[in-house]
Amino acid sequence: MAKSFRSQSATLRRVLRYIRPYLPMLILSLVLSLITVALTLYVPILVGQAVDCLVAPGEVDFAVLGAVLLTIGVCVALTAGAQWVMNVINNKITYFTVQDIRHDAFQHIQSLPLSYLDAHPSGDTVSRLISDADTFSDGLLMGFTQLFTGVATIVGTLIFMLTLNPGITLVVVLITPVSLLVANFIASRTYSMFRLQSQTRGEQTALIDEVIWEQKLVQAFNHEASSLDAFDEMNERLRACSLRAVFFSSLTNPCTRFVNSLVYAGVGLTGALSVVSGTLSIGGLSSFLSYANQYTKPFNEISGVVTELQNALACAGRLFDLIDEPAQAPDPHNAHVLEDVRGEVDLSHVCLSYVPERKLIEDFNLHVKPGQRVAIVGPTGCGKTTMINLLMRFYDVGSGTINVDGHRTMDVTRKSLRQNIGMVLQDTWLSSGTIRENIAMGRPDATDAEIIAAAKASHAHSFIRRLPEGYNTVISETGGQLSQGQKQLLCIARVMLCLPPMLILDEATSSIDTRTELKVQDAFAKMMKGRTSFIVAHRLSTIKSADIILVMRDGQIIEQGKHHELLAANGFYAKLYQSQFAQ
Amino acid sequence: MHAVLKKLLVHLKEYRKECVLGPLFKLLEASFELIVPLIVAAIIDTGIPNGDTPYIVRMVIWLCVLALVGLISSVTAQYFAAKAAIGFSAKLRHALMAHIQSLSYTEIDTLTTSTLITRMTSDINQVQTGVNLTLRLLLRSPFVVFGAMVMAFTIDTQCALIFAGVIAVLCVIVFGIMLATIPMYRHVQGQLDSVTAATRENLTGVRVIRAFCKEDSEMDAFNRRNQLLTKMQLAVGRISAAMNPMTYVVINLAVILLLRVGALKVNSGALSQGEVVALYNYMSQILVELIKMANLIITLTKSAACAGRIASVMSVRSSQRDGELVPAADAPRGSVVFEDVNFCYHGAGADSLQGVSFSAKPGQTIGVIGGTGSGKTTLVNLIPRFYDASQGRVLVDGLDVTRMRKDELRRRIAVVPQKAMLFKGTIRSNLLWGNEQATEADMHDALATAQALDVVASKAKGLDEPVEQGGRNFSGGQRQRLTIARALVRKPEILILDDSASALDYATDASLRRAIRAMDNPPTTFIVSQRAASIRFADLILVLDDGAVVGMGTHEELLRTCSVYQEIYASQFDAEEVRTHG
Repeated sequence: MAKSFRSQSATLRRVLRYIRPYLPMLILSLVLSLITVALTLYVPILVGQAVDCLVAPGEVDFAVLGAVLLTIGVCVALTAGAQWVMNVINNKITYFTVQDIRHDAFQHIQSLPLSYLDAHPSGDTVSRLISDADTFSDGLLMGFTQLFTGVATIVGTLIFMLTLNPGITLVVVLITPVSLLVANFIASRTYSMFRLQSQTRGEQTALIDEVIWEQKLVQAFNHEASSLDAFDEMNERLRACSLRAVFFSSLTNPCTRFVNSLVYAGVGLTGALSVVSGTLSIGGLSSFLSYANQYTKPFNEISGVVTELQNALACAGRLFDLIDEPAQAPDPHNAHVLEDVRGEVDLSHVCLSYVPERKLIEDFNLHVKPGQRVAIVGPTGCGKTTMINLLMRFYDVGSGTINVDGHRTMDVTRKSLRQNIGMVLQDTWLSSGTIRENIAMGRPDATDAEIIAAAKASHAHSFIRRLPEGYNTVISETGGQLSQGQKQLLCIARVMLCLPPMLILDEATSSIDTRTELKVQDAFAKMMKGRTSFIVAHRLSTIKSADIILVMRDGQIIEQGKHHELLAANGFYAKLYQSQFAQ
Repeated sequence: MHAVLKKLLVHLKEYRKECVLGPLFKLLEASFELIVPLIVAAIIDTGIPNGDTPYIVRMVIWLCVLALVGLISSVTAQYFAAKAAIGFSAKLRHALMAHIQSLSYTEIDTLTTSTLITRMTSDINQVQTGVNLTLRLLLRSPFVVFGAMVMAFTIDTQCALIFAGVIAVLCVIVFGIMLATIPMYRHVQGQLDSVTAATRENLTGVRVIRAFCKEDSEMDAFNRRNQLLTKMQLAVGRISAAMNPMTYVVINLAVILLLRVGALKVNSGALSQGEVVALYNYMSQILVELIKMANLIITLTKSAACAGRIASVMSVRSSQRDGELVPAADAPRGSVVFEDVNFCYHGAGADSLQGVSFSAKPGQTIGVIGGTGSGKTTLVNLIPRFYDASQGRVLVDGLDVTRMRKDELRRRIAVVPQKAMLFKGTIRSNLLWGNEQATEADMHDALATAQALDVVASKAKGLDEPVEQGGRNFSGGQRQRLTIARALVRKPEILILDDSASALDYATDASLRRAIRAMDNPPTTFIVSQRAASIRFADLILVLDDGAVVGMGTHEELLRTCSVYQEIYASQFDAEEVRTHG
């Protein structure tokens, strides 16, 4: 509890730091809110004074009434103006603050190490940047508009009431807390019901998720009826616990309203008796009654705002957690910029592990001469992907060194290293935009002729031409309208356009049918000529022509050599290869 | 829109009683509230001038009684409203789920999964809130507003006209602002979606983005969207920020007018002081209720939008009609015949299958090979009637699949899809998916054939090892072998392996095929693959190219006659091996 409180106040301080640039606006907003509250509270008194002018037939004081009504008019105009400006300013502060936080979070993502991003589901990070930021902004806005105003209204009302009649004020002050107690009582009782509801809802959502995602499988196995039975059982449980939660929580309003009515009756009694005894005017009674109507409102609002704000702070906390994640080590300030790379790659004693008991790569040694073709094979989880991560410096080595042209990769800028390596991954990611933009990703200044040439070389040109808008066809977020194979051809075209001196091809052709692959391989062969290349693939035929074949298992190289040498050695590689021909 | 909502409201039928009683008790409460200003007026006009303390006390007791009765009726109303709303949403959820289950693959393809999940969860919750609030408040607020006006009329007609005017002006302001802002809020939501998309894209594509050093331009694109979002939020905020000040001004101008007119009437003796106070109190009640109503309408618009989205799913009808025939007892068990079948996906421009004819005899192995998008999966999907052929006939056990009862048809067939997917539960519960009556021995046999015994053996709890959602606590190869076992537990007449061995290494793939052939009653097996090695020993190989069968026969025949097959084979085995092994 103490810890969560401390972290909450730490979060609050961070939020305030984000608000600091808008401090003048904030001060103005607070001043305006004070003005609004004071004037709003002053109006019932003026109305009371006006009512006092209407004593009885023939005894109406029109002169005073006119003046009072004019004052009311001026007050109302001022209040409305101040309130509007205040609302607009609050919007500005809130939305700009959230924009800033989102900006910082997104910027931080750009420098987060891939080890973090790989280990955290992207949905979670997206939800921090979007929903959490949104909830935070709602809470913040509500906090600004209602918290301060609410407190000011309570204090102001008390002062105004005290000046009118201390006795009646006492009645109000004594009864009001009852409403808060009632609200709190209900809230604490319903909390566990709501928790049960959201838990059941979560269970049901998991089931819905599974059944709907795998709808086709459910149908293929005639499983519709039993899925629906399981669903109905949860649905009934959800109905029962929702009813309890919703009903009991909806008691808050009637109950607080009841207490409010009692306050009203109390004020009516003491007020009327005061008027009878001559310590209060009828106008004063009218003012009191309208205060009694309004007085409990800010209390209820504030208790709502406090929950909202706590919620908002929790969300802000999740955002700050993301921003506080340690970033990858920045490039050293004297980092070397790789230029005119020949493509000589040296790995010596490279190790990488995240959990001590499981080493991803262990004592890895390799020397690749410029222009050599390295093929990596091995079962899933053998460390192939890890090697690519290390070469691209997506991950940094735990120990040992990787050198490119004799420069330690840790000492060169990430940018220049990556610009010198072309990469086609198994996961064919395209950005939303046109086909042209996607191909030109690495060289936005490329001419149309160059783009088309690259597409032709990767055999993508013919299908692009057949798309409705050709090279200007917009690909949506998931590249929905393209087949997996077509997407992969585009990824190849993307690298084809840049042609850096080193290449990484990870399962690059796994989704392309073998005939197209034949053509692509021809293009690859041209592309790889004179370039240091690392290829990962399941298809043994695609890597047989490699200069070095690395057979990996459990993070280590267990065999290394040319195709025929490895076959002759009759080891793990030979076994893998032979199984192609087993019946 | 109206007809659409009606379709959903059918599920409220059972709660008709609650739907009447809820609002009724709410109105009762509101009526009591409307009496309050009259009692206060009586205190001011009768109790105070006469100094009649017992009268005042009596009136105040009446106020307390009204409050208590109001509390009881509103609690009753809340209960009925909650009962109806929650019962309604439970029924709706069930109906929607059952409906989604009844759709065929063609419809499932057009409705995206994440949309369906949103419909089932947050949309229904939002509709539930809408129904609940409607029952509680929709009648109450207008009732209080107009009730206050009517009460004003009972006090003084001329003053009441001010009320009528105020209500009209307020309605114009409140609804005008809402009409203006609701579409703007929708645009804000759309822009928020675009910020979401930018974020998600940045995360899923992080390797490519960094490989191409695009961090800065991604940042720029994100900033542009983020700033536009802020700009849109501020624009709509400026308008909705005017709502409260404007209503405040209108109400208070009316109060000024009321006091001015009231003063003249009091002076002439047409009105008492207490009655003016009562009128003033009614005015305050109107303001409170109107703001409540504005909030209610915002919630209701949201709910109506959600209801519309649910209804649009409900209105999607299955394009398939179930057949009623069952194959005769002496029909061949496991025969599959395609007669000149064409197939075109809904909305697609060209046929995905053209003129496919072949015949598979019981127990045969049929290999289906071809490039990406050549129609392999489409072909096997027609057998269990996941889709209906656009032209031609598909016969299973001698019967046209469109005329056979779907459950009978699918009972005979087991499919192992490309994506190996397990359900939350245990290994055992997953195997039982294939056949609920399977015995321990059945499961053991299926696991053995699927080369999955070692997967079970490697787990501490064996068959009762828990499976997490999607089976993510198993490796790809393990999942794939378990899904094959799940299909085999069914003891199917027809087994469809849709590229299901791709995560298996060649050796396991081969053992699997050997084991299936050695089964007691080997099913007619369709093997879809891109690997020539996986299908080369099939009894019949179909070579597909662009939706058409360009070659049909055994491996040896095709190597001689089919150029596409030759190319595929050569791309996977080099020429020398083609000579020595082929």
